[in-house]
Formats: sequence, C-alpha cells, structure tokens
Amino acid sequence: MPRRRARVRSVLAGIGCALLATACNSSIDSRVEEAPATAGAPVFGDTFIQASIGDIGGLIPSLTSDQSSHEVGSLIYDGLVKLDKDLNMVPAMAESWTYSRDCLDLTFKLRRDVKWHDGRPFTAEDVLFTYQTMINPKTPAPFKEGFLLVKDVQAPDPYTVHVRYEKPYARAVETWSTYMLPKHLLQSFAEAGTLRESPQNSRPVGTGPYRFQEWKPGEKVVLISNPDYYEGRPHLSRVVYRVIPSQATIFLELKAKGVDYVSTLTGIQYARQTEYPAFRKAYNKFRYPASDYTFLGFNLRDPRFADRRVRQAFAHAISKQELIDGVRLGLAREANGPIRPGTWAYTDKVVHYDYDPEKAKALLAEAGWKDRDGDGVVEDKDGKPFTLTIRTNQGNDERKKIAEIVQQRLKEIGINVDIQLIEWAAFIKEFVKPRRFELVVLGLGTGTDPDQFVVWHSSQRGPDQMNRTGYANAEVDALLEAGRSSCVQRERVRYYHRIQEILAEDLPMVFLYYRDALPVVASRIRGVSAAPAGILYNFDEWYVPKALQRYTSG
Amino acid sequence: MALFALRRLLLSIPLLLGITFVSYVVISLAPGGPLDFLTPEDPNASPEVKERLIKEFGLDRPIYEQYWQWLRRAVRLDFGRSFLPDGRPVLTKIGERLPVTLFLNLIEMAIIVGLAVPIGVLSATRQYSLYDKITTVFVFVGFATPDFWLALLLMILFGVQLGWLPISGLRSLNWEYLSFWQQQWDFFSHLVLPIVVATFGGLAGFSRYMRQSMLEVVRQDYVQTARAKGLSERTVISKHALRNALLPVVTILALALPGLIGGSVIIESIFAIPGMGQLMVQSVFSRDYPVVMGNLVIVATLTLVANLVADITYGIVDPRIRFGGRRGRR
Repeated sequence: MPRRRARVRSVLAGIGCALLATACNSSIDSRVEEAPATAGAPVFGDTFIQASIGDIGGLIPSLTSDQSSHEVGSLIYDGLVKLDKDLNMVPAMAESWTYSRDCLDLTFKLRRDVKWHDGRPFTAEDVLFTYQTMINPKTPAPFKEGFLLVKDVQAPDPYTVHVRYEKPYARAVETWSTYMLPKHLLQSFAEAGTLRESPQNSRPVGTGPYRFQEWKPGEKVVLISNPDYYEGRPHLSRVVYRVIPSQATIFLELKAKGVDYVSTLTGIQYARQTEYPAFRKAYNKFRYPASDYTFLGFNLRDPRFADRRVRQAFAHAISKQELIDGVRLGLAREANGPIRPGTWAYTDKVVHYDYDPEKAKALLAEAGWKDRDGDGVVEDKDGKPFTLTIRTNQGNDERKKIAEIVQQRLKEIGINVDIQLIEWAAFIKEFVKPRRFELVVLGLGTGTDPDQFVVWHSSQRGPDQMNRTGYANAEVDALLEAGRSSCVQRERVRYYHRIQEILAEDLPMVFLYYRDALPVVASRIRGVSAAPAGILYNFDEWYVPKALQRYTSG
Repeated sequence: MALFALRRLLLSIPLLLGITFVSYVVISLAPGGPLDFLTPEDPNASPEVKERLIKEFGLDRPIYEQYWQWLRRAVRLDFGRSFLPDGRPVLTKIGERLPVTLFLNLIEMAIIVGLAVPIGVLSATRQYSLYDKITTVFVFVGFATPDFWLALLLMILFGVQLGWLPISGLRSLNWEYLSFWQQQWDFFSHLVLPIVVATFGGLAGFSRYMRQSMLEVVRQDYVQTARAKGLSERTVISKHALRNALLPVVTILALALPGLIGGSVIIESIFAIPGMGQLMVQSVFSRDYPVVMGNLVIVATLTLVANLVADITYGIVDPRIRFGGRRGRR
C-alpha cells in the first residue's frame, strides 16, 4: 500500500491497534503492565538481539524495498517528522512545521542540536540534498511519488526549509518522514547516480538513535547507541539483527533464549507452543492488529457480481468469526472496511453483515438466482448454474484455509466453488493483473495515511494499477480526491467516514479480518507497551535493569 | 601425463564457454527478471525507476549481446556488481561466503572419508555378520533421514532441552569479549551440529560405495592368490584389496569437489550459516544474474578440474591405467 514500506517509523510501527490504546492493553500479557512501573529508573547497557528472517538489502533504505533494511534503517536514520504511538505525525528532526492557509506552502523549522554520526551538524542543506536525490532520475529509489508532487524546496537559512506544492497534497508532511541523507558524504555519488556503490550503502552515517558498527552479510548487523542522539542516548547499548533464514530455527532460538525479540510467530506457535511456564517467564507476549487486512475480492467486471445484492449475499453467507477462529486461532479482528481501526479516520458506524445464510439466499433470489431444478445449486433465469473459482497464492496456508471455509459456506447458499492455488508471481501476473479472476483471497496494507486513492478510485483500474476489483463510484471518486487534497484533518475525517460507509454498502470486496501482530519480547526488557503504532515506537526508551543485564558491552 | 593434462585443460575451455552460454541463456529465460524484485508490487513504485535500471543493467539488449558483454568482462575475472540494492562486486560477495563453506565441507569430507572407509571395509569383509547388518540398518536410516528433520531434532535436544550446544550461527554474539581459547571453543561448539547432520547423510552413501567396491575386489583372483601365498588376512585386505577397492571411491570423491564450494542450502539455512549455498539460492530467487553467473563459473570450473583430477589420480592409484608418454613401473 501507499508508501508503506518507504518510511522510517511506519515500518517499525507498521502495525496498529484495532481498538483504542486502553483496549489494546487488556489483550497484552498482564505482567507487562506492572513491569515498567515497578522497575525503577531506566538504566543504560545490555544488548538487544532481534531475529530477522531475511538479510538486509542495503543500508540506504530509500533505495530498498525490503522490510529488514527499513527496520535497521529506522534506527540509524531519522526523518523531519515521525509517527507517534497513536500514528499521528509529530516532529522529529524538525522542531515544528506550519502550513500556509491554502495548503500549498509547508515550512519546517529544524532542530539546531542534530548531528550526523560523524559529528557534522545536520542542516537544511541536507534536507535539500535529500529532496534533490530523491527526484533525481538517476536515483533508483522505488518510492518517490511524494517528492515528485513538490514544486520546489528552498532553504532560506540553515534551519528553515520551505516546501511548495503545485496542488494541495494531504500526505505532504508524511513525505518528509523519509530518512535524511548526509550531503557531505553522498553528493558526488548522488550526482553520478552511483549511490548503490557508495560507502554509505555498507557503512552508513545517519542522525538516528543508533550508530552503525558492523554488517556481516547473511549473518548479522550490529548497531551501537548514539551518545549524542538529540533525544538523549538510547538505553539499550547494542542492537544486533541476526539473520536466521529458517522460521523453525528462529522459534528454537527463541525457546533457548538466544533472541530477545521475534515478530513473526505463527498463530499456533503464539497460542499453543509458547504457553508453558518457562516461556511465559522469559518472554512477554504482545498482541495488536497488524496494518493489513485480508479480503475476499470480487471481480466487478464479471456480470454476476455487478449486482450489489449478490455481493451482499456473499457477505451474509460468510462468518468472519468462524474464519478468525479457524484460520487464525482467534488471533485477528473482524474487518468492516479498509481503514485501520484505532486511527483517526476510522469509523465503526457502517453496515455490518452478520452470518445469515437465509438472508443470503433471499438476496440471491432477489437478484434472480434460484435453485430451479432442485439440485442444490442456484441458477439464473436461463438455467445457468452459479459456479465460480476462488484463486489465491500458493504457500499461504491462511489464505488456502479461508478459501476452503468460504467454499463450504457458499455451497450452503447454493453456489458451486472451485479452489485454485497458484504460485505468487504467476498468480499476480497471469490472473490478478489481467483481471482474469472471479474471486480472490488477498491482503492489502492500510498504510499510515487513510488516503487510498490508488485502491478505490475509478481512474486506477488499469492492469498495473491497484484498483483490482474494478470498483467505480462517482461519489467515492470525489471524496477520495477531496480527501487527498486537503491538509485539514477535521475535513478529511468527514470524507473518509463517508467512504467507509459507501464501501460497506457497495462491498467491492468482503473485508474479512485484520490479523494480529504477535511479537514476543524478552521479559528482562522493560518499558515496552503496545499502542496503535505497535510496540517499537518508543524503542529508544526500552531498558534492562542492571541486575538483569545479560551481555557485557560498551 | 603432463601432455594428457594439458590437452584436457585446453579441451575444457570450449566446454566452459558452452556451459556459461547455456547458463546465461537459461537464467535469462527464466520467468521474472531482477526488476520484479527490486521494484515491489506496490502502486507507489515509480515505473521510470524500472526502466532506468533495465538500461543500467543492459537488460534491454538482446541476450547474445548481453552474454558477450558479460564474457568480455568475465575473462578478465571481472564479474560485475550485484543487481541487488547493495550493489557490491560479485567477487566480494562470493569471497566473504566461500571460506565458511569450504571450511565446513572440508571437515565434513574428511570425517566422511575417515569413517566411511573403515565402515565399508569392515562390513564387506564381514558380509552378513551382525556388524554388517547393524551398519546396513544404520546406513539406510541415514539415507532416509531428511537433513532438516534430523537438524531440528538435534537442535531441540542439544540446544533447547539440554542447552549444551548453540542452536545456530557461527559465533556467539559476545564473541569479541571472549578470551582466545573461549573463542575457539565457541566456534567449535557452533560447528558440531551442522557437521554431524551433514556427515550423517553423506556417510551413509559413501560407506555403501566402499562396501560394494570392496566386495567386488575380494572376489578377484589376485586376492585369492594373496591368500594362497599365506599372507595374513589383514595384509591381504589392507595391502592388496583396499587399494583396488578405493578406485571407484576416488572418482566419487573427486567429483564431490565442486560440492565443496556449492554448500548445502538446507543445512546453511537451518543453522543460519552465511555460506555459498544460501548466496546461490538467494541470487537465483532474486534473479541476480551477475552473482548467479559468477557462482556458476566457479562451480563449472571446479567440476571440470575435478574430472581432470579424478582421471589423473586414477593413474596414480591404479598402475594399470597410465596416460600416454613413458610407461612407468613402480
């Protein structure tokens, strides 16, 4: 989804809470709540070991799209702004920002106490350089759209940055959460278009809470705390990303207490295989909705799905709770729309579709689908039976199970369903992009901003574009356009609430559930709490009490 | 002998060219390209970046032209830079992974040969004895046990339950803070499980070859003769039979040489060892052509060399086989 992976905190924090913060806490292991309160003042020291299933691609994260690079990068680099625990944009290296009344001018005041890891001061020149690098056609940055909408950037003095936009752009501030790059180290490489070959890509210098120490490809990345960090030195002295390419090995390392943080446990591992006293003593488990939802998507170009009643019948035929229990062992929350619950744009006041097969049958009958020959399958008025194929990608067990349960439920209302599993690349290339599908089970990220223009706008229905169901609704189009060209949150809330209402009625897809993110953190680490943004938003405040520190380090 | 070796070496040049050409074409024809992985499945990824990279990597030119460009650089041992965002030279990437894999595989190979030869010889000379039956069972269990399964079981037992050995990686994370001998012990203890797992499967096959080969040899007339001369059974086996029985084994050993640097993907992944196997698989999955080709050239060269070495060692081990030139007697 939009810019999701391109930003600093958003990846770390790329997981939100479906309910408000308080409700989230109730689902967290109870010991966590007492831990931070009783442990006394935070102290420095110890090493934090995180298991990562993939190696990092490079250390200039703007050039990469893999999650590991962004996780590591988020500790080394900073942006002008960042997301706080409730997913609001707050100042980071910028002290403050102001909009002009017409939303076209954005002015950042920079902090004066920020230094690069090599001691040089961070100034507006670096911001200007980062912007120029991002828009430079020679820079192979996969995400640059936010910068291409900028008309020009000026630095009237070393601590002020003026950004002008051609048109109002709602995500303008968010764009500037991009990691800032050091001009004094990168200028010649950026101009020559050889950023990937620069020393910065393997020995980065940033402004973030941690300094780079070592990268052994395929093995580990080591970072050490930055004593001059402008928000104060982070408490954990060392951070190690260990690359462990096997999910099973990660789990065993966790059981042997070889790693302190794992965010990729499966439902079974989380709910069953870690429920023994020794594990519960050594780790705190957290749980909060991840930033993506799983859906059953219709191809709206298929004449059978052009009738809204048919889509609503499908929604009534499916029990979301059954899917959550059967597929996720209960570790997910019902989705009723595409906006992440717990964020400012979310509303719950939309139509809900309860599991009600009778109502589903009635809706189908209204739309002309009746069982005319008594074989248990509904037919249209020409006697053509309702049969279709659900497609999803191979290797995703969850989606396969969803397809199977849905198959069963649709059979109950007289619809014949086949299931086809296809290897990911082929699935996208042969079926999803050319729109050769009837029903698909897929997931979509929600991003940090509610702007979902690319997913729902009728102009985005081309083969390489993201409006894959082929949804087109003039009112939604207008709302999406208004929503992305306003910089006033009060107005935007109204637009996005209305969009959610319409989508819930129109049902271009059946929104199924938001998966829960299931991280576990070693219990010796204190100060951890879940929020809509996940748990890593305050990583620099995590600490280990002196008596519990396990690793000696500088 | 030297002449023979030289001729074989020269012949392997066109062979190597053929191998690289076919490999280049095949990898280029594989569905998906490097850019499908660089520019993700994401609406905000700019298409113009993709086009730029296609140009930069030369992927817009016909395959034969791409191959020619690659070959011109490769003969100067310049294998280019990786297509991945790290953009590092292929040789550096291979260089940092090769030592681990080579080291591990040499140890494995030594253990396998060291154990398989006596196991094979003993079970051949005591065919159908209890010992033979037990080793046969052991060997088939070894054949049938999947690497990853055995690895996981051992990791659970020694790593999680007993806590005697580290589970994965090559060094502890506090390695820099250990004393010299502690460091050696730490490294050694990390190697135990991967080596045991890797040896287990290899041992099975190898000891079977040895047994088979030995069985054939002990039925030969010259072994009978040796026995008839009144030599002790020990001398007959170790002096007369063993050397001949080793012949086919040497071939297999030499042909296993390329495998030494190929590495084992399963073992490297499960034990989180950053070796060649992982590098190769990752680069194939991400269609990182320069790294794939660099790897292939090395493996292909080694295979050719291994064949040559096998043929030459044949001559050394077996007095009956000599190549051209002066016929020597020992």
